[in-house]
Amino acid sequence: PLSSRCCAPSGAAPAMNCRAEVLEVSVEGRQVEEAMLAVLHTVLLHRSTGKFHYKKEGTYSIGTVGTQDVDCDFIDFAYVRVSSEELDRALRKAVGEFKDALRGSGSDGMGQISLEFYQKKKSRWPFSDECIPWELWTIKVNVVNLANEQERQICREKVGEKLCEKIINIVEVMNRHEYLPKMPTQSEVDNVFDTSLKDVQPYLYKISYQITDSLGTSVTTTMRRLIKDTLAL
Amino acid sequence: AMDTDLSSQDRKDLDKFIKFFALKTVQVIVQARLGEKICTRSSSSPTGSDWFNLAIKDIPEVTHEAKKALAGQLPAVGRSMCVEISLKTSEGDSMELEIWCLEMNEKCDKEIKVSYTVYNRLSLLLKSLLAITRVTPAYRLSRKQGHEYVILYRIYFGEVQLSGLGEGFQTVRVGTVGTPVGTITLSCAYRINLAFMSTRQFERTPPIMGIIIDHFVDRPYPSSSPMHPCNYRAGEDNGAVYPSVEDSQEVCTTSFSTSPPSQCVFTVTKAHFQTPPPVVTDTLKVPVVGLAFSHQLSSSRLSYQPAALGVGSADMGYPVLFAGGLNAAHPHQLIGPGKEGGVPPAPSQPAHGTQADQERMCTPLDGVHYSAATPSSSEDTETVSNSSEGKCGSPHDLLETIFIRKVGAFVNKPINQVTMANLDIPFAMFAPKNVELEDNDPMVNPPESPETESPLQGSLHSEGSSGSSTGNTHDDFVMIDFKPAFSKDDILPMDLGTFYREFQNPPQLSSLSIDIGAQSMAEDLDSLPEKLAVHEKNVKEFDAFVETLQ
Repeated sequence: PLSSRCCAPSGAAPAMNCRAEVLEVSVEGRQVEEAMLAVLHTVLLHRSTGKFHYKKEGTYSIGTVGTQDVDCDFIDFAYVRVSSEELDRALRKAVGEFKDALRGSGSDGMGQISLEFYQKKKSRWPFSDECIPWELWTIKVNVVNLANEQERQICREKVGEKLCEKIINIVEVMNRHEYLPKMPTQSEVDNVFDTSLKDVQPYLYKISYQITDSLGTSVTTTMRRLIKDTLAL
Repeated sequence: AMDTDLSSQDRKDLDKFIKFFALKTVQVIVQARLGEKICTRSSSSPTGSDWFNLAIKDIPEVTHEAKKALAGQLPAVGRSMCVEISLKTSEGDSMELEIWCLEMNEKCDKEIKVSYTVYNRLSLLLKSLLAITRVTPAYRLSRKQGHEYVILYRIYFGEVQLSGLGEGFQTVRVGTVGTPVGTITLSCAYRINLAFMSTRQFERTPPIMGIIIDHFVDRPYPSSSPMHPCNYRAGEDNGAVYPSVEDSQEVCTTSFSTSPPSQCVFTVTKAHFQTPPPVVTDTLKVPVVGLAFSHQLSSSRLSYQPAALGVGSADMGYPVLFAGGLNAAHPHQLIGPGKEGGVPPAPSQPAHGTQADQERMCTPLDGVHYSAATPSSSEDTETVSNSSEGKCGSPHDLLETIFIRKVGAFVNKPINQVTMANLDIPFAMFAPKNVELEDNDPMVNPPESPETESPLQGSLHSEGSSGSSTGNTHDDFVMIDFKPAFSKDDILPMDLGTFYREFQNPPQLSSLSIDIGAQSMAEDLDSLPEKLAVHEKNVKEFDAFVETLQ
């Protein structure tokens, strides 16, 4: 089951509660990428809409989101993702960096990757825009080393089953129909959605990760902004 | 009193949403059990025809079945729409795997905005359904279907019946959406007691000819399980015969199966037929040369028993995968995603206001663009590609190629004998004609490439029929749609397949011929004592080496 709590957003206006969900997986090194992608894509499937097209009088129409099946090579598992190559590339890039960091020195094979959905609140000069998170997904990863092929085969199946549970957990959270940002006007749309992709429109999100060293402390915190608007004055 | 708060326009919209939601739910579930990867395109321009802003194709037969089951009604309290997924083996055993239930309960949410919040939440629920359909056990089973078993679906409306799922079935909730007239809930009850049907059991049997087929290889059609014979025999008696693995290897038909063909003999009772018995796996309520299947839902092993015609259609499951275009004669058969019955009328889209409090109308754009597969002509060589590049092509819509596709490689029937005339009888093309097993053994006499080209094989035979191997050629054999493992149609023009066919019967190695063999053998024997002495001297090294391997 997911552990769920509400937390005040870090370093931003405390007006809003941000719900946080944590998932944990134990995987073999070569399964890290696929497992992360499966979870992230499943979340983003639910948190992406078609492109908005605003018309006069404040009405808008919504484009169509396509989906496709993805089979994992190292896990007995398949998942559905949004049909958007840009989005897939962005996620793969982040997951790839996470995987490399996990493999790097100082890592005990433990780390976590976070997907945060936020809203931007424009501030007047000289204050910079605030990013107010409203949903935070954290995947804690524990990389295991396996001794032989038989164990690997079992791991393929076990991780597959675990991921099925995670998908069910994610869907449960999505079904609670808790806070979602209000549908924005045309002038506000970039404060709520990532409009930089050409075929779909996810809510504004950022992905970050942390690697734990063998002492249990975080040695690397890397923020990666995956949206265009990254520089705040 | 329930409806007084709901404006009539809202009520109409809500009913429409629920109706199309039900239809899309069925599509998602059935498509997720076809046995192959689904891929649809995102489109930034609204098309006006994609319900819930999701690109979900509509397989016409499935829509037809769903509408038939609903009969103009909508899910309501006590009246649920259920999609039953079951598995049927080649022996005729059936087992219910899942029941997907779309239910309505009385808990109303009066405050909710119909054409805004309800619509968006229904869209979210469909996304959840897409995700959940891939994580229940039946998904993996359905991806491996084709030879030992097929996956069927059945839609019914009314009371949910879960008794066929065995003991200890589990439930997963996909989600709920509150509306002013009730709360829609979508859930799945699935069997966990797959006692006699474990996928592991299939995986243990060794593949034929050493080719391991990557069962995620793309196929131009949904896995045509009811029509896909792995092998067949002529003159067999009642269908309780199971060839051992060795036997089936001897006849070795489609080695390109996703699961070993050890038990996929489909036979029918001889007495019922004048002609050599066709091999069928028929779950449809159609007369098959005077034969019908008894639709047994128990889990015990049954020998095949022909039963009287007229099994109630309500009892029959429909193959998830299409059985070919016998639409006119057999309305229950699926045609397949390629054939659209016409462009559906554009549904009116709900309003999306920028202010959540108000509703504005959003007119659908002109020009219904249907993103589903379109019927293609015989010149169309595009194949359905489910690659992760997101390309989505159209499946072929050729009756001829449908049937050709179904006939396994090495089957002893040339393509040109598979004509429309034969299609009156389902699966008739599988009727063996003058089969002599030894002569037709493709292990000995490799098949020749087909004489005619079909668009499906366009990529395979791009250089013409070049694939004939050395050795005896058999006019009767047709190589069809050879799909070597890990090769994709859309990347290479099947060089691997051509290569394989050309080299699969190389001439004998000279060292294996008797004379030369005997000579070198004698030499080897003579030199043995020397070699042994050398090895004995180095025994310590060998031991050390073996140690490092432990």
